Amino acid sequence: MNEDKPAVCCRNVTKIYDTGGQKVTALNGINLDIALGELMMLVGPSGCGKTTLISIIAGILDQDSGSCELFGENLLTMSSQRKLQFRAQNIGFVFQAFNLLPALNAAENVSVPLIINGVKRVTAEKKAIEVLEKVGLGARWRSLPAQLSGGQQQRVAIARALVHNPRLIVCDEPTSALDHTSGMNIMNLFKAVALQHDRALVVVTHDARIFEFADRIAEMDDGHVVQVQTNQPLVAQRH
Amino acid sequence: MNQIAIKMLMGDKGKYLGIVLGLTFASFVMTQQPAIFLGLMARSYSFISDTGLPDVWVMDPKVQFIDDIKPLQETQLYRVRGISGVEWAMPLYKGLLKARLSNGTFQTCNVIGLDDTTLIGGPPIMLEGSLEDLRRSDGIIVDIDGATDKLAKISDQPGAAKIPLKVGDNLELNDRRAVVVGISKVTRTFQSQPVVYTTYSRAKNYAPRERKLLSFVLVKAKPGQNLQELTRRIRDNTGLVAYTNEEFKTVTYEYFLHNTGIPINFGVSVLLGFIVGAAIAGQTFYSFTLENLKQFGVLKAMGTSNWVLLRMILLQALLVETLGYGLGVGLTALFGYAMRNTILAFKFPWQLLIFTGAGVSIICALAALISILKVIRLEPAIVFKS
Ligand SMILES: Nc1ncnc2c1ncn2[C@@H]1O[C@H](COP(=O)(O)OP(=O)(O)OP(=O)(O)O)[C@@H](O)[C@H]1O
Ligand SMILES: [Mg+2]
Repeated sequence: MNEDKPAVCCRNVTKIYDTGGQKVTALNGINLDIALGELMMLVGPSGCGKTTLISIIAGILDQDSGSCELFGENLLTMSSQRKLQFRAQNIGFVFQAFNLLPALNAAENVSVPLIINGVKRVTAEKKAIEVLEKVGLGARWRSLPAQLSGGQQQRVAIARALVHNPRLIVCDEPTSALDHTSGMNIMNLFKAVALQHDRALVVVTHDARIFEFADRIAEMDDGHVVQVQTNQPLVAQRH
Repeated sequence: MNQIAIKMLMGDKGKYLGIVLGLTFASFVMTQQPAIFLGLMARSYSFISDTGLPDVWVMDPKVQFIDDIKPLQETQLYRVRGISGVEWAMPLYKGLLKARLSNGTFQTCNVIGLDDTTLIGGPPIMLEGSLEDLRRSDGIIVDIDGATDKLAKISDQPGAAKIPLKVGDNLELNDRRAVVVGISKVTRTFQSQPVVYTTYSRAKNYAPRERKLLSFVLVKAKPGQNLQELTRRIRDNTGLVAYTNEEFKTVTYEYFLHNTGIPINFGVSVLLGFIVGAAIAGQTFYSFTLENLKQFGVLKAMGTSNWVLLRMILLQALLVETLGYGLGVGLTALFGYAMRNTILAFKFPWQLLIFTGAGVSIICALAALISILKVIRLEPAIVFKS
């Protein structure tokens, strides 16, 4: 890996959805760099293309033009097999609706990324319980998602996003399904356990209350990045 | 991932049960209906099965099935006896005669007349008395089902159970006296009339006076004799038709197959079972996949390949298939067991297991296929949609 390259490098990325003749331009020439070791927030009004952009960044959606490199690699030109492997090893996901598998308990849910990467089940679950301890749910590893509160489910989801030690974690509205306190707790926890010098975090949100957790904030509107702000007090605080 | 697939399937108990029950129903109908059908068809030739001793049946060329009696002249018996390769040839009378019961009502009986000296062609199982007892004067052997039902005596007290016909009781067959000397057990036939065994000469007395009364000639081949050659030789020499046991069964069976509505009726219910089962099970399985689409999407986004997802769905389908099939076939066997002593026809050969297995497999393969197509086409980007 090339260390001085950014984790994510988007150049002129466009995405047009074509739904039965009706074309919607979701992204219209996006330029954005995300560095290793930073938490980048994507903000903007509903429909401006935030989700579309992180889908492309995470390699689960293909752009129509422009390039988007992850750790210096272009996912568009990868074979589908290689792309799956790349995603499995390098990317962690956190969703607004948690998206835990309801039939699996917390430890089993957290171990899924490891199992996808070919780790044996027993080893994977052991590791999963370790990470669950980090997010404060070590005692609840046997619980099914339905037996956990929203905040607890999101903590399980964070553990799942971390367990295979990915270099990029993408989160779409991680706090929108939670009340204010739980949302703040989740973001505190997320920064504490996920932020690392060799990892980039991208969080999509329109929850202004959590902007303070960002290192940089990219503001989007109508398929463009209109400005990128550095969250000075935070960065200053850390250096 | 296999473990995850199984957990996903069983996680939704209601759906899981729905799929398994749908498949159970389908395999039950697809097994039970053909079993009844085969049972009924086997009844068409049960008399041939029961009469196991001879190798070849000789009859009038116009005979189409076992109950289609076209009497022969008795001289034909001697002509058959003269053909080389014939170890023995015995006469058999088979005909419907009216029995007068003690209360004065009439009941049609299937009367079988056996060769007086050898008594060849007798019932497969004797419950009371022995075949030899037929040598006693006016002796007849009645089958147990007939004795306890259609030939039973109505009790004097109204509403009381019928009194079964016993050894020693009298009957009148065409105004001639007949004495029950034994009770037999025979395989049920189509008509389910009482079966009455007696000797050939006595049967001739019971039967209305006719020029020809010989229904069949039963032939035993000499040891080592090729049966096909023997039947051909009998045909050539007598102008009659000769079938081996199996051939005669097939002829009878096919007559019923082609000349009755039975196959169509059962074919329709098997088809309906298949369609209803496929609809229930396939539809539930598909909607199960649809409901879990988001989960499959999450797995896909996290790097699970289509190939692995396909294996997971196949495993789920295989699991419900095995369960539904096992339960359905088990239920059918139980049903057959529960009905073993009733009038219901039921035959469950191993080929039927394969038939149903194939049917259920097709249902599951179809359900799995449309689910797999859906999951393969799935865009992993749906995971961010709420
Ligand atoms: N699968 C799709 N098919 C067609 N149009 C789509 C699709 N997904 C998104 N769009 C459209 O693309 C545009 C950008 O959508 P996107 O979901 O990226 O917005 P967003 O910024 O995440 O909005 P929100 O804050 O409401 O989640 C919208 O106009 C949306 O209607
Ligand atoms: Mg969105």
